[in-house]
Amino acid sequence: MTQHVLSLLVEDKPGLLTRVAGLFARRGYNIHSLAVGTTEVDGLSRITLVIDVADSPLEQVTKQLNKLINVLKIVELEPGQSVQREHMLVKVRIDQNTRSQILEAVNLFRARVVDVAPDSLVIEVTGDTQKIEALLKVLDPFGIKEIAQSGLLAMGRGSKSISERIFKNQ
Amino acid sequence: MVTSTTTPKSGEPPMMTGSGALLKSLEILGITDVFGLPGGAIMPFYDELMSQTTIRHILVRHEQGAGHAAEGYALAKGQVGVCIATSGPGATNLVTAIADAHMDSIPMIAITGQVFSTLMGTDAFQEVDIVGITMPITKHSFLVTKAEDIPATVAAAYHIATTGRPGPVLIDVTKDCQQGSAPFIWPDKVDLQGYKPVQKAHGKQVQAAAEMIAQAERPIFYIGGGAIRANSHKELQEIVEAVGAPAITTLTARGVLSDKHPQNLGMPGMHGSVPAVLGLQESDLLIVLGARFDDRVTGKVSEFAPGAKVIHVDIDPAEIGKIREADVPIVGDVREVILDLLPEWKKVKKTAKPLTAWWERLESLRASFPLGFDDLDDGLLAPQGIIQKIGQMSGPEAIYAAGVGQHQMWAAQYIEYERPGAWLNSGGAGTMGFAVPAAMGAKIAQPDRVVWAIDGDGCFQMTNQELATCVINDIPIKVAIINNSSLGMVRQWQTLFYDGRHSFTDLQPLDGPEFIPDFVKLAEAYGCLGIRVRTEDEIEPAIKLALETNDRPVVIDFIVSREAMVWPMVPQGVGNSNVQYAREHAPSWDEE
Repeated sequence: MTQHVLSLLVEDKPGLLTRVAGLFARRGYNIHSLAVGTTEVDGLSRITLVIDVADSPLEQVTKQLNKLINVLKIVELEPGQSVQREHMLVKVRIDQNTRSQILEAVNLFRARVVDVAPDSLVIEVTGDTQKIEALLKVLDPFGIKEIAQSGLLAMGRGSKSISERIFKNQ
Repeated sequence: MVTSTTTPKSGEPPMMTGSGALLKSLEILGITDVFGLPGGAIMPFYDELMSQTTIRHILVRHEQGAGHAAEGYALAKGQVGVCIATSGPGATNLVTAIADAHMDSIPMIAITGQVFSTLMGTDAFQEVDIVGITMPITKHSFLVTKAEDIPATVAAAYHIATTGRPGPVLIDVTKDCQQGSAPFIWPDKVDLQGYKPVQKAHGKQVQAAAEMIAQAERPIFYIGGGAIRANSHKELQEIVEAVGAPAITTLTARGVLSDKHPQNLGMPGMHGSVPAVLGLQESDLLIVLGARFDDRVTGKVSEFAPGAKVIHVDIDPAEIGKIREADVPIVGDVREVILDLLPEWKKVKKTAKPLTAWWERLESLRASFPLGFDDLDDGLLAPQGIIQKIGQMSGPEAIYAAGVGQHQMWAAQYIEYERPGAWLNSGGAGTMGFAVPAAMGAKIAQPDRVVWAIDGDGCFQMTNQELATCVINDIPIKVAIINNSSLGMVRQWQTLFYDGRHSFTDLQPLDGPEFIPDFVKLAEAYGCLGIRVRTEDEIEPAIKLALETNDRPVVIDFIVSREAMVWPMVPQGVGNSNVQYAREHAPSWDEE
């Protein structure tokens, strides 16, 4: 099993997410993370999927996704040729003794404190998967109370855009 | 609301209700027959239907019947079939037929009423999320809540259902959409950004295919239902003859290459002919045209045609490489690909290997393992002979629809199909109860043809209510019930693989009254001609009488032995080389 990052340009139609998620469920593909949002084009959304599959099923995945009428384009984003980021909010337990150590970690990871309470902090961090995991490892001994994590977002490097070719053809 | 069109001001599109627009859209698409059953949420549309004459509506007795009738219609006519139901249970009753059409790539438009858009999501009366329910079993689905969206949606639905790999498309129309009004604007052309089926294949791939065929010593054409959908039978025969290789036609492809054609080895798969099964197994090149390596064809995939390279032609790219890796993948319409392949083949034909040894082997298989059946110990009729006789007496121009089970396999084996569209059945989904409503739809599509439903007694009891529809609407189909008083195919598996423990497969208690129900009386209750056949000498006269009776449907109740089994057979889960010609009788074959 390898992780693959797929970026889907889709029409923003009701039930679209159900179509994509349903396809994965019924064909037995495993979604690791999923992020949906608007794009630079009105009426189009972008889904970034991280999936665990070997290479040959990956081809089936993309072919099956392509059969969905509302899916306009699918691009696999290789780590080397794309920027990949995750976003996380994490609530950590603090006290007099640990406060400075935690703030030091926040600075080292270029994270930010976005909420302060007498006995807890909410920390915001953006980065690739490894960075997020590393920060969590550092914070773990202090007591993590809550985590909210986005799916991976990814974009190809360079001047090309995912919607470009579609509209050139028109 | 009977008049839906108001007089347009000059140049402006006419105002129409949503339901009027739906009707008008179907008319523009050339739809002439629809099958359905009304209910609350689809009443505005039915009100429109009543006020016109261009579209014939057949009122069914159960929505599943409407769905299968639309499938039978589509298969017999080669055009889209349309079925209509109301919201909630009306819509869910279509689900089986929609799934069936999806599995066999049958072009179908299913129109369902939906509760008012303002009530959706409130668990309103007869509300179900039919778009959600049918997502995995439709090619696409639409929910329409505004009258102005109707024309473009229906045009898109038709386009999606009938092009590329055909399939069912659902249009769910809310009641307020049907009642609302909007200017009727029909789109000049349908352009769907996310749907561009490939028709024409890559030239280099076709060239590579021709070269690979020339190199092969034991090539075989593996022809699937896609060849029928592509309307390719003429070109298909041409390429098969030009190459000179043997061909097999799958269950859904029966008739696309005539069974009388000397190169046709018959049907492959679990109940395929021995030459067809072993022809594939021993081949060194499969030329796959519009087929999808279904598990009923391949048996254990890892042991299927182990020495063969694969040229795989399909209009659906997702089928290529799904089950079996293709050496030459070709995405395109089967007919278009053959048209491109013919000139490429001419170029390389001189270099082609001789197929003499290959044909010698296949002819010896043919001679050793012809299709045949034995009489039974219990003295009851053998079902195979009855079905064979129906085929012989009705001829190749007739249409034969089957249910699912033993009778279906015998009908696939013992009737000779000589044209596409003569054999209608439920292949992928295996839907019991398909035959009667599908035959009804086919008879509407092809009123001048004799249409048989070859059915089992189990299947018949699932959908025979449509005989009422047939009688009332003057649709004189002929039904042959192959009545073995049991769920025969399951019973056969129990006999073979479960130590003869016949768990819940006897439909008639052995010690009770003889017929529950009495199919002859049932036929008469519907207004059909009912005939019972118990003995050999009654078979021909009964079929003759059925063929002569065209003022009403005919039901023949053929009482047959429940001990008859479908042979040859490849047991599930093993390689196809283990094909058994008859019980415990496996042919030898050359392993290389």
